[in-house]
Amino acid sequence: MKIIVINNEVEAKEGEFLLAALRRQGIKIPTLCNIDGLDPSGSCRMCVVEMEGRPDLVPSCAFPVYEGLKILTHSERVVTARKAIVELLLSNHPDDCLYCVRNGNCELQGLAQEHCVSERIFSGSKNSYKLDYSSPAIVRDPAKCVLCGKCVRVCEEIQNVACIDFAGRGSKAYIGTAFDEGLNVSSCVKCGQCILVCPTGALTERSHIDEVMAVLHEKKKHIVVQHAPSVSVTVGEEFGLKAGKDVNGIMTAALRKMGFDRVFETSFSADLTIMEEASELADRIQNGGKLPMFTSCSPGWVKYLEEFYPEMIDNLSSCKSPQQMLGAVIKSYYAEREDIDPKDIYSVSVMPCTAKKFEIDRDGMGRGDTSDVDAVLTTREFAKMIRMMGIDFNSLEPDGADTPFGIRSTAGKLFGASGGVMEAALRTAHYFLTGKELEIFEIKEIRGMKGIKEAKVMIGELEVGVAVVNGVGNAQKLLDEIQAGRDDIHFVEIMTCPGGCVAGGGQPIGADPEKIKARMRAIYKIDKEETLRTSHNNPDIKRLYDDYLGKPLGHKSHELLHTHYVERKDIMK
Amino acid sequence: MNNNAINEVIEKYPSAKREYLIPMLQDVQEIQGFVSKDSVVMIGDHLKLPGAKIYGVATFYNQFRFNKPGQFHIQICRGTACHVKGSVNVLESIERALNIKVGQTSRDGLFSLEVVACLGACGLAPVISVNGEFYANVDNKKLFKILKNLRKEGGTK
Ligand code: SF4
Ligand code: SF4
Ligand code: SF4
Ligand code: FES
Repeated sequence: MKIIVINNEVEAKEGEFLLAALRRQGIKIPTLCNIDGLDPSGSCRMCVVEMEGRPDLVPSCAFPVYEGLKILTHSERVVTARKAIVELLLSNHPDDCLYCVRNGNCELQGLAQEHCVSERIFSGSKNSYKLDYSSPAIVRDPAKCVLCGKCVRVCEEIQNVACIDFAGRGSKAYIGTAFDEGLNVSSCVKCGQCILVCPTGALTERSHIDEVMAVLHEKKKHIVVQHAPSVSVTVGEEFGLKAGKDVNGIMTAALRKMGFDRVFETSFSADLTIMEEASELADRIQNGGKLPMFTSCSPGWVKYLEEFYPEMIDNLSSCKSPQQMLGAVIKSYYAEREDIDPKDIYSVSVMPCTAKKFEIDRDGMGRGDTSDVDAVLTTREFAKMIRMMGIDFNSLEPDGADTPFGIRSTAGKLFGASGGVMEAALRTAHYFLTGKELEIFEIKEIRGMKGIKEAKVMIGELEVGVAVVNGVGNAQKLLDEIQAGRDDIHFVEIMTCPGGCVAGGGQPIGADPEKIKARMRAIYKIDKEETLRTSHNNPDIKRLYDDYLGKPLGHKSHELLHTHYVERKDIMK
Repeated sequence: MNNNAINEVIEKYPSAKREYLIPMLQDVQEIQGFVSKDSVVMIGDHLKLPGAKIYGVATFYNQFRFNKPGQFHIQICRGTACHVKGSVNVLESIERALNIKVGQTSRDGLFSLEVVACLGACGLAPVISVNGEFYANVDNKKLFKILKNLRKEGGTK
């Protein structure tokens, strides 16, 4: 079908919205409230266009195309209307850009610039709002909110949590929690998906930059850092590289430059997680334990289960996440080996995830008053620190991780993509249960962006049913099926964020599906190209068990690598 | 909180349609004097609605309170006559004196504050009512005296 855009014929597809057609032609239309993949809400009106035969301007994001449609995308009227919207938004906005996390990366700022807003037009009184600093992971600053509603929709329609919504009305409307309580006592699972779509600085992670910087400058502690499997294929985007470019070695080099005494990879402890988790699965299968077993490495999902399905807590693997496992062996095995008092170790992690900031202080983590991990930096915070420290990221020479955790398998790396934990676990579970390696490592059915992915895998004589839930918003369906009696599934991987950690709430701002797919491909490429592809064959893992842990699920493992969960009753759901 | 009363409200609406939300909240407020957290949780369970959504809908309308009324529930008239006679100042003074905003209850549980469209006593403007009892021609001096007396009364209970 053809539509006519500023006198040019342009191809459009039956049934699509005008905005999509225009975008495909490379015509840039500003938007604020539109989220790819969800129904348009048509509320911000930034995307308006002029249409022949219609007196009013029409939001292109919500207008279905038809043959012969004639529009103007940047007429004087349109541009004036858009500028007026921006000016109106700014009239109730703090002039805080210089002190704002999103300075330089803010859609509102960008729109003001694009529309040549050069003075404050309206200067009436502004609403006053309380900053919500209650959550260990997410900070909400309603003063910077432009009420686009994207966070609300992502939280409800994608994540199925719905802990925030519009409240009040008219000029007093705001986004809030039930009873305006702190986000920390709401059902928020700290996934940070709302941050990724927020056009402004109204939603950000609780920053640990100052704390980590201070420790780095003081140099009093032995400072160690771990970086998560997915970060190496995303952080490059913060430095102008294309999505999915793997910069693992460069990251490691950057961390050394920043002053960390040791640099480890969480992919190593992902291998460790697999050893414990696969053993736990084998144990549950052989000894009639609770099935299906659920993965426990994604803290947002763990909280979701504790709130919404507490009756299924026993299905959760007791394994700590790779972050916590590495933290625990750093402050035990590593500390003993290096003869350092665990209290003198400051342990940082670089994570794709905001919920990891919540996880480090969970009950059942750490030992006594020694925490497993002391601070968590998101990919974004990490990039910011690199810039703060004047490190020219792209000119660094790649470097490797430190002993005694220097080697990782690609199975550990797979943790970065939805479905990866499952593939990694099956490789090792197969070996544990049969004594033989799997013949084909790749399980195509559980890769990709589908919400629920399932497969049947033969482990010896036993047909094992596995399911991968890609994004916690898809969990309800499967959990309800299981509660209703579905029993052909033994093992379920659930990642809180759609796409898995590569699309985590701590990753570079934005939720472009193409970028997420490119990041995923990068992870699978690493797995394909390297030779050490199973956790149980990782020599550093073997040494860790031989020297210190004994065997999976053994006494030391239980003390260091496993945890427990709580029913969260008092949460407003 | 009296959860039986909330259960009774819920039982009145067995078919769990979302359009019953507002009537249910009204019933709860009628019985409890405000919309409690418990009631939102229970109604949410019944209607399969998240608490944040219910609160969002409820705050859209001015009629709902979310705090247990204080021992002394102060209503301040914002009708035209009272407005002309300076009810804004009275409101501000009360808010400052009690350190609460409209819709809130003071931490000691003594006072709660509500704005009403018109108390129907325009001749007495500006007027406030405390637990239904009217005070006429209120100015700051009068107000402080009223509050002082109420505090005393409340304290002795
Ligand atoms: S949210 Fe954007 S426009 Fe607002 S202060 Fe921050 S950078 Fe500036
Ligand atoms: S962090 Fe996740 S659960 Fe919390 S408000 Fe944002 S989207 Fe919702
Ligand atoms: S917090 Fe951000 S995403 Fe949510 S409505 Fe406000 S501006 Fe939009
Ligand atoms: S993007 Fe179209 S109305 Fe907001």
